[in-house]
Amino acid sequence: MPPMSATATNRRAVGAASDAAAPAIRPAIRISELRKTFGHLVAIDNVSVDVQPGEFFVIVGPSGCGKTTLLRILAGLETASGGSIEIDTPAGSQRPANSMVFQGESIFPWMTVWNNAAYGLRMRNAPAAVIKDKVAHYLDATGLTRFAGYYPHQLSGGMKQRVSIARAFANDPEILLMDEPFSALDAQNKLLLQEELLRIWDEQKKTVVFITHSVDEAVYLGDRIMVMTAQPGRVKSFVRVPLPRPRNVIELQKAPEFGELVHRIWSNLRDEVQRAREQDEGAHDTGDGAA
Amino acid sequence: MSIAIISGTPEQNLAVSTRTRERILGIASPIALLVVWEVAARLHVIDTRFFPAPSSVIAVLIDMLRSGELVTNTLVSLRRLALGTLIGGVPALVLGIAMGLNRWVRAALDPIVAATYPIPKSAILPLALLIFGLGEGSKIFMVAIGVFFPVVINATTGVLEINHIYLDVGRNYKANRWNTFWTIALPGALPVIMTGFKLGIGIGLILIAIAEMIGAKSGLGYMIWTAWETFSVEQMYVGLFMIAIIGFVLTALLNELERVVIPWKRD
Repeated sequence: MPPMSATATNRRAVGAASDAAAPAIRPAIRISELRKTFGHLVAIDNVSVDVQPGEFFVIVGPSGCGKTTLLRILAGLETASGGSIEIDTPAGSQRPANSMVFQGESIFPWMTVWNNAAYGLRMRNAPAAVIKDKVAHYLDATGLTRFAGYYPHQLSGGMKQRVSIARAFANDPEILLMDEPFSALDAQNKLLLQEELLRIWDEQKKTVVFITHSVDEAVYLGDRIMVMTAQPGRVKSFVRVPLPRPRNVIELQKAPEFGELVHRIWSNLRDEVQRAREQDEGAHDTGDGAA
Repeated sequence: MSIAIISGTPEQNLAVSTRTRERILGIASPIALLVVWEVAARLHVIDTRFFPAPSSVIAVLIDMLRSGELVTNTLVSLRRLALGTLIGGVPALVLGIAMGLNRWVRAALDPIVAATYPIPKSAILPLALLIFGLGEGSKIFMVAIGVFFPVVINATTGVLEINHIYLDVGRNYKANRWNTFWTIALPGALPVIMTGFKLGIGIGLILIAIAEMIGAKSGLGYMIWTAWETFSVEQMYVGLFMIAIIGFVLTALLNELERVVIPWKRD
């Protein structure tokens, strides 16, 4: 049985965070006492958080902490066992609630880059002119215009993930969900894509929920970071990232604040990673550990 | 190896690439076989009542081409093959994909498919004759049944083997059932489905030959059967040759079709 005291601490932490950000604006996402179990296994336990409109919200945690499960619940791919999730959709909005950038290869091998990027818009019967416009814009933003007619097998890993990002942005959702989109890439490509993502995100500042196990990445990208505990996944702490935008990923590494933040989050995470490692002997998998 | 030496292929020529040599060998070996056969028949080393010289088979083939008999029978068989493939393949495709996508459909139909699949299709011929009579129906039915099973099984497997992430993408991007079928299930399973069609058409070709031997008045199978009755061995070989050609050409066409409908396939 999970110790009750930890749950109580979570409540306080969540309360404090949402109090600070709550006044007047309705949160883009409100997660209340979310719980997910797989049989006897508790993957997510009592997670509550408000994500503000336009916030780049990052979740970090050791593998197996249920962060991917949390994102999948937000994406509607998994149902919660308890608690609730509200995504604020303005009345009369034609936009889809969310679009996800998946971990690993998720673009359709049987569609060209263009058709992959247009997928979401096509599925919701957007007018042809809108499709053309949006897809062209985001293929340009991701540097893929030249490869519009290519099939995925002709692309490198980094380019495939760019297509996945273009597909999500082109769909113009209320919120963007990203599940460790860069985890499979080599270090150089990762840096490039992080920069690109920030640049594209800066255009419209959509609400983003971004999952990663990389603390550096969390600090590069996020406005606020939620650190999760090892299984069962609970909120360990929230960390604000006061670094100014637009950010330059490479310049950031020199900034002393960056180092301090990374250090702070790491010391937060260390116990959890250790705990996750001990749990791993039992080899539980909440859908997060596979990668 | 030995055939190549007999045909005198310049094996020692090191300037010729391995691939070209393979190709030369591929063409040379059947020709060599025919030459050996011809020589052996003329020298009466082999019994020409069973193995007539290729030249005499060709002579009969030309006669049959002139009389129009060969063309008519070939076209009749091809028509049955095409209709059977369509009638068996299309429902198999839809059913197989439905079985792959929906566990309830799969649970309901899988035992039926698994139980009927092992029945030798040729054993169904008397039943087909009983139900559809001696006309076109029974022949087309036999091809259809031959095409149905490999396609339904491969379509199910093909859909089940689609990486689950693609179905998640479909759900997240709000693809409805119709779109899930057309944009994910069908293209995702298409390579495996194409293999099913190739297998099915191969089986269809076997079955059409058998079906036409019994209770038919046209077609290549009928032609081979009458050749047996009249002991016209050359005509029999012409029929076998035509079936071989059809099989060869169809395989080549299907490979080409595959390249066209699956442009994303790695080379």
